This record gives sequence, structure tokens and C-alpha cells, in this order.
Amino acid sequence: MVPTNYYLILSAILFGLGTVAFVFKRNIITIFMAIELMLNAVNLAFVAFSQSLGKPDGEVFVLFVIVVAAAEAAVGLGIIILTARTRRSLNVERVDLLKL
Amino acid sequence: MSDFLTQYAYLIIPIIKVLILVVIVLTVDAYLTWIERKLIAHIQARWGPHRVGPHGLLQPLADGLKFIFKEDPLPSHVDKVTYFLAPFLALMLALTSLGVIPFGPQRFKVFGYETGIAIADVNISLLVLFAITALAVYGVALAGWASNSKYSLLGGLRSSAQMISYELALTLSVVGVLLLAGTFSLRDIIEHQDNGNLGLLGWNIFGFSKDGAGFTQVIGFLCFYIAAIAETNRIPFDLAEAESELVAGFHTEYASMKFAMFFIAEYTSMITISCLATILFFGGWLSPFPASWTFTYYVPSVVLIPLGLWVIFDGLRYETLLGRVVLPGVGTVLAVIGVALIVFPPVNDAIQGVFWFLAKVFTFLFIYVWMRGTLPRFRYDQLMSFGWKFLLPVSIANVVLTSAVVLWRMH
Amino acid sequence: MTGALVIFFALAALAVLGAISLIVQRHPIHSALSLIVVMVALAGLYLLMGAEFVAAVQIIVYGGAIMVLFIFVIMLLNAGEEERTNFSRLATFAGVPLALAVTGLIGAGIARSSASLPAPEPGGVLTSTRTLSTLLFSEFVYPFELTSFLILVAILGAIVLAQREN
Repeated sequence: MVPTNYYLILSAILFGLGTVAFVFKRNIITIFMAIELMLNAVNLAFVAFSQSLGKPDGEVFVLFVIVVAAAEAAVGLGIIILTARTRRSLNVERVDLLKL
Repeated sequence: MSDFLTQYAYLIIPIIKVLILVVIVLTVDAYLTWIERKLIAHIQARWGPHRVGPHGLLQPLADGLKFIFKEDPLPSHVDKVTYFLAPFLALMLALTSLGVIPFGPQRFKVFGYETGIAIADVNISLLVLFAITALAVYGVALAGWASNSKYSLLGGLRSSAQMISYELALTLSVVGVLLLAGTFSLRDIIEHQDNGNLGLLGWNIFGFSKDGAGFTQVIGFLCFYIAAIAETNRIPFDLAEAESELVAGFHTEYASMKFAMFFIAEYTSMITISCLATILFFGGWLSPFPASWTFTYYVPSVVLIPLGLWVIFDGLRYETLLGRVVLPGVGTVLAVIGVALIVFPPVNDAIQGVFWFLAKVFTFLFIYVWMRGTLPRFRYDQLMSFGWKFLLPVSIANVVLTSAVVLWRMH
Repeated sequence: MTGALVIFFALAALAVLGAISLIVQRHPIHSALSLIVVMVALAGLYLLMGAEFVAAVQIIVYGGAIMVLFIFVIMLLNAGEEERTNFSRLATFAGVPLALAVTGLIGAGIARSSASLPAPEPGGVLTSTRTLSTLLFSEFVYPFELTSFLILVAILGAIVLAQREN
């Protein structure tokens, strides 16, 4: 079988790549997708620990993380739509002043 | 050699089953288009295809050849990766969903590897089907966007919004069946409906069972079927791809082979939904007659022998080679199979489950096509308000009602 | 090299390639498609570990609803390719190696602390949906009700935010 370490290292790699994407990309929607990638990496760590310890509590928590990510995606994308409508650009560098 | 086969049987046998299933499903798809065109034509008081081969039976072959030889253009303004991905995704998902459906109850041993008539008989097969239905939205949405044209984008967005709206009602309407059966495995759901001498009444649509713990799932079935028609984008819910409305909706910019892939994906998902409706609500491979009426084991023969004789007499009317020789040949084969089922009881026992399963699936496909020929289509706002304001609350009410009955009976 | 290890490395490579593709692609739709590939690969990994319900929920909710929402928004806003920016050369030259160094540090820390984990191998324990639901409705019923309230608030918020001004 596959040792737990392997899953945790994969989770760390995905988290690191999510952080790189979060810092380096300019489009608001892509930055949001990087946040989802980081949440997925954390989910993987949760499930790996839950299986390794034999208790299903971790998987229940993964369900909660998925639900919260869904709620956050809905509201966040609503905000993005509004921002894009008023500022007419999806570049995050143009959203640097409180007033248009 | 047989050592190698025994060791790797768990890989080779499913691959062979996949090949057989893909060939069978593609042939059934092709002849489903023939059935649809003939049936709609007869509903509309005209002939349908009747020139290409006797009764137009070679029409699907002619269509297939046309698709192969037609030019497959690549417009210059499309997003190439997504343009190629969308039909491939639609077809792949539609064919994958057939992998978890059990077609019959038999289990047999090949090279020491015991298997059934499903390709992958997992214990979460219903969840796998829901997951694939959820991913099927991408085929349509990406096709609409990649084509880089107004009609396609509008059609794609509308169609995918419709699909995700009705997906909720689809999954909720099945929860009643899950509560009664207590498992996600499709095979176990059919086993749960097997109530010995109750036959037809033990199916989930009627819900009688020996220990009195069943509840009729009529509301669930109606919600499921309506939501499924909306999911597969068929009339009366096909505004997004209607010929007279949006040119052709999301597949406007797709020509020969890629369009054929969308086409086959649509018919294959029709077949999957029909299989799912029979398994969940109508007892799958169970016979509608009680098990003690053993004379009903000869129903397949009673159906096949007259059918074979009719095909022979019909073929003799024709003057062409195909009509004069092939049709009577096919008829003779059917009649011989019917007689062989009477003479060899073990074969008859093996064929029972698959026969009833196929009969029910074809009934549902017939209803699908019948609805296409009869009903007008919904306007888009009517469609969306029906899905959210009527179907979803009714599905939730069904879940609440079924769980209340199950709890009350458990006391 | 057992079958489970082969499948693990295949799915892990697919996930990492999807994540790299998310960073490298210029158009947001291609990044979204790469993220969908990552999610399906992770669902495969959950199945390999034996968490079957979580794998199905991952594909149905994350891959079939949240990512569809992303793709709708990208299509609606008509997001084009990213513009080239030359704001900071330092970020490109020093940033990527630093990010790799931090990831390597975390990975090495995890690999070194393997001795403290009670059971080193997951998998083989098939968590049934019955177990999860019993836990969800007995021990975790308070967070469950709170998350349903959270979803309601999110629905209201999204509807109010995306309204057209009258």
C-alpha cells in the first residue's frame, strides 16, 4: 500500500504550486482558482490522516471544507462580477485604488 | 499462455467486456436513430426512411458513411484545444456511464475470475453515475464557448444552465429509492426489489414488499424521468438546440465527425437514463410475473417465434437481394433462437434477466421518442421556473415523505 | 512496485501537471480546465485511499458545480488572455526558486517526521457512507446546521451582488 508520507508530500507540493499561482497571476479569477487549489491540497491531507488514523472524522471535515469552499466561491464570484462591471478590467493591478 | 491469462484475467476480461459493450451500444445508437425517425414519421402520418434497404433499415449505415466521408472543417476563429476537447469529453462521459450498469443477474467464471454482466460492479455505482452526469455539463458549455460565435455561446450557456438546474431534481428524486434500499449499489437495489412471489408489485414504483417496509415511489419516478429528459436536452426541453430557434445551438460550428460525436453522446445518455429508470424504479432484470408462475419463463420464446415468422414473410415480399435473402435469414435465426429456448432450459434461464431488462429499456426509449413526436417545447423561462419552482420542491417533498414513512414503519 | 503505487504515481503526476498547467496557461479558461483535471485526479486518490463518498462528493460538488460556476463567470465576463506585465523582474527571478525552496522545506519536514505517525499506511479501510452520516448527524450536528445557515447566507449574498442595478 501507499505510505501516508507520499500523500502528505503531494499535498505540500500542490499547496506550494497554489501559492505560486496566487502570487504570480494577474487575473482575479485565476487567483481565486489558486485558492481553490490550496483548499484541495488541504483536503487531501485531511483524508490521508483520517485513513491513516482509522477515524472518519477527517472525512466529515472534508465535507465541511467543500461546502465552505462552495459558499465562498459563490460570494467571491459575485464580487468579482461587480468589480469587473464597474472597473471594466479583470487585472488585479488595476484594483489598487478605493475610488475608481 | 493460460497461466498468463489466469494471472492477468482481472485486466483482460474487463477490456473484452468493454469492447463488446462499445460495439453493441454503438449499433443500438445507430438503430435508435432509425427507430426515432420511423416512429416520429408514423406519428406525423408520413413514411420516414423507406428507400435505403427494406423498411429503411440501411439508413443508419448510409448516415454513418456520410459522416465518415464528409469534410470536417476546422474554423479559424475557434479556440483549438477546447474545440477538440468538447465533443471528445461529451462522448467519453456518455460511454463511461454505461460501465457501471448491471445488465443481468448472472455470475460466471472465466479463467478462474468470477464476474457478472456489468463491466465495473462497484458498490457506489449510483454515485458514479451522478458524478458523470454532473461532469456532462462541460461538454455542452465548452462546445458553446469554443465555437466563438453568438449562437453557439447563447445556446451553450442556456443549455448548461438548464442541465445544472435539473441535476438537483434528478439526484434528489432518487434519494427515496436509496432510503428504501439502503445502498448505493445498483445490483443491490435490484435485489431489494426482488420480493419472490410479488413480481410486479414488488418493484419500487409500486412499493409493496413482504415485510411491509416499502413505499411507492411514483412521485420520485415522475420527477426523475422529467428531470432526466431535461438533462439529456430532449423535447420538450430542447430549446437550446432546437433547429428553428438558435440555428443549432451549441453545436452550430461543428460538422461531420465531431457533430456525430455529440449526436452519439446524446443517444447514449438516453440509453443510460432508460437503464437507470428501469433499475431504480421498475425492477431491472426482474420479471413482472411472480416467481411461482414458471410458465412465464417461455415469454421470450413466445415473443421471438412469431417475430421471426413475420420477418420471414415480410422479406419474401421484396424483390431486391437484401429483402429476398437477408431478411428471411434474420427471421429464421430469430425463430430458431425462440425454439432453442424452449428445447434447452438452461439457456432459457440464463436469458430471462437480460430479456426483461432489454424489454423495459426499449419501452423507456419508446416513450422518449413518443414524447419527441407529440409534445411542443418549453420556452426557456417556463423551463427554468418549472425546474426550480416545481420539480425541486416536489423532489424534496418526496424525500421527506419517504423518510417519514420509513421511520414510522421502523417502530 | 505494487499496483497501488503505480496508480498513486500516475494520479499524483496528473495532479501536479494540472497545477503547473494552471500557472503556465495564459487564458483563464485553460487554467479552469487544468484545475478540473487536478480535482478529478484528487478524487481518484481519495478512491485509492478508500474514501469513496468523499471522492464522489468531490467530483459532484467541486468538479460539477463550483468549477461550472467559474467557467460561467469566465464566459460571462469574456475574460481574455492575461496581459504581459513588467512590474517586477525580481519576482520572476527570485520568486520561483524561493517558492520551490519553501515547498521543499515543508516536504522534507513531513518526510522526516514519518516516525511519529501512528500507522504509516492508509488504504484498505473502506469508509462507508453509513459511518460518515452517523458521525455527521450525531457528533457534528452543530457544525452541520451552521454550514447550512452559511449556505443560505451565501445564496442571498450572491443573488444581491449579481443583480442588475435598476
